[in-house]
Amino acid sequence: MYVYQEHDQRLLEERVAQYRDQTRRYLAGELSEDEFLALRLQNGLYIQRYAPMLRISVPYGLLSSRQLRRLAHITRTYDKGFCHVSTRQNIQLNWPSVEEVPDILAELADVQMHAIQTSGNCIRNVTADEFAGVNPREIEDPRPWCEIIRQWATFNPEFAYLPRKFKIAVNAVPDADPAIIGVHDIGVQLVHNDAGETGFQVWAGGGLGRTPMTGAIIGEFVPWPDLLAYLEAILRVYNKYGNRDNKYKARIKILVKALGADKYRELVEKEFTELKDGPMTLTREEVERVQGCFTGMDYQQVDTTELEAKLKEDKAFNRWYHTNTRGHKQPGYRAVTVTLKKTGRIPGDISDEQLEAVADLADKYSFGEVRNSHQQNMVLADVAASDLYELWKALDALGFATPNLGLLTDMICCPGGDLCALANAKSVPIAEAIQRRFSDMDYLHDLGPIDLNISGCMNACGHHHIGHIGILGVDKKGKEFYQITLGGRGDKVSKVGEKMGPSFESDEITDVIEKIIGLYVEKRLENEPFIDTYERIGMEPFKERIYG
Amino acid sequence: MGKVIIDGAIVENQWQRLEADALEDGLPQGKVIVPLAYWQENRDSLLERGDVAVWLAPGEEPSDLEDDLSALPLVAIHFPAFKDGRGYSYARELRSRYDFKGEVRATGDVLRDQLFYMNRCGFNAFEVREDRDIEDALKGLQDFSVTYQGDVNEPRPLYRRA
Repeated sequence: MYVYQEHDQRLLEERVAQYRDQTRRYLAGELSEDEFLALRLQNGLYIQRYAPMLRISVPYGLLSSRQLRRLAHITRTYDKGFCHVSTRQNIQLNWPSVEEVPDILAELADVQMHAIQTSGNCIRNVTADEFAGVNPREIEDPRPWCEIIRQWATFNPEFAYLPRKFKIAVNAVPDADPAIIGVHDIGVQLVHNDAGETGFQVWAGGGLGRTPMTGAIIGEFVPWPDLLAYLEAILRVYNKYGNRDNKYKARIKILVKALGADKYRELVEKEFTELKDGPMTLTREEVERVQGCFTGMDYQQVDTTELEAKLKEDKAFNRWYHTNTRGHKQPGYRAVTVTLKKTGRIPGDISDEQLEAVADLADKYSFGEVRNSHQQNMVLADVAASDLYELWKALDALGFATPNLGLLTDMICCPGGDLCALANAKSVPIAEAIQRRFSDMDYLHDLGPIDLNISGCMNACGHHHIGHIGILGVDKKGKEFYQITLGGRGDKVSKVGEKMGPSFESDEITDVIEKIIGLYVEKRLENEPFIDTYERIGMEPFKERIYG
Repeated sequence: MGKVIIDGAIVENQWQRLEADALEDGLPQGKVIVPLAYWQENRDSLLERGDVAVWLAPGEEPSDLEDDLSALPLVAIHFPAFKDGRGYSYARELRSRYDFKGEVRATGDVLRDQLFYMNRCGFNAFEVREDRDIEDALKGLQDFSVTYQGDVNEPRPLYRRA
């Protein structure tokens, strides 16, 4: 992973000092609520329903075991002993105090972590495929490019007060969208041209929230040395012309839609022409320096004989292996997902002791590294096949081996109305009710891959628009209702789902989901996944079944 | 007229920024900063006077002044609210695209915690909001000793510096 140099560390320490002083001035009454609001948000601190929430940045989801242990210590010392993996691969604390945040930041800085730009109207954490670097289908590792973008975005002086938040994701898989770049403000697709040179297809104007849409291609092929100049050009156009009067129309997607992709591209090209070949041009040395941080795993020859025997004799292990582990670039290795979706557990929540346990497993089996996924799970990406059985046993004992990855009960779910001040409705109890209804693991496996995503409000932190089945909490005269969308995708492509019809009360939801699933089971062709059936038969039969 | 930060030092403010309604009875004596619309209407006479500068509101871009920049001693960029970040791009354009060498001044809701960024984007003068301590605000220019990106003062990003 990226290893800090002296200057990276100094920057973090200066940031801690700056934020400590800002907090002091706020508490002394020298900064107004409104002034401090912008400053604390740029540092990931929200004031929530019951307490502040601190969002800690995890660049492209990658963590070391040392960082995990520090997070465990922080949750124990400054919070209630647990934290939450967010849908942008970050970590959230739900009960810190405003006064103690500077101390938390100092603890984080000590292990090369921070909360810079995890909220506010600025460039947020850059995200990527949680299998980046080991995914056999990617054309190269996207993480060095994420890191290069991260450094450009960190305290970028021109883009700290944008019209609205700004999210960038990078994908290096040609025929799928594991980083859901299609629904990011900027999506960066790594491509190789005919000469084999690296470049980027750059999308802009995607996003979820109130007005969900997928982005448009703005840059067809941006050669790698120009990446930052091109991003800067897109941001400058947005900073100047994005709507600042109405926050619901302030995201770049609204501007791209209003101007049209061609006009937006024209404005970008004008800015880009001035920046191209200028001092922002990336150098090969710099790219190689950063790339060098992401290589060098000490892979071994792996004997898989014992694994094959275990797969034959232990059914439960076999199921877990085929569900929660996946192929790796390196022969003999697998990427293992640590599922944080056991029924009864808040999706994505993890306790201090569990963080330490995962850190220990990472040290023992996966070169001391862990990734957060946007589906709110964790990944041990570099496990030798010969260690899988032992690791499975250990994960199972921790409750992290539920073999439901990608299945109906592996839901994405925001914290919702139980904690979040923005939410219109609770989401966690809905997730749990569905998990309880669909508790038969054989049936879940028979149903196959289904993405069910739940958001407690329009802000769509639970990515409901891109769930094959999406559930959105809405407020109707003080009562919680839930709206269903079908046909969204965040897998091969990113696609926004379609609203099914009028919303439901909370106690109706599990029945509705069961009917949707029931219809799918009736209509599916052999081995046809839910989303393919939906795309084949369309919305109407589902509507009839539910409302008819 | 109070104090202003120019090039890192607190000095007497020589310039008076005027809103459109203050100009209804004509232009006062002394160094004045006038709105863009007023400048455009009275350009020739103002150019002759020589001690007149222009301020840009959000939505008014440096390109609106393109032909006049060589004659202007100062361009002010006004921040009605510090959260409106358009002015950062305007300052950067003034310096980088138009190579403007005069004073670029931030006026309005100008506060300590934004000064470091503003300075990097090309502002060299800051009229700190009246109810705030300008001595305290001055410290904002020293928030960081490390920067990743290039900026107006140091165009090279970190990876190109020696």
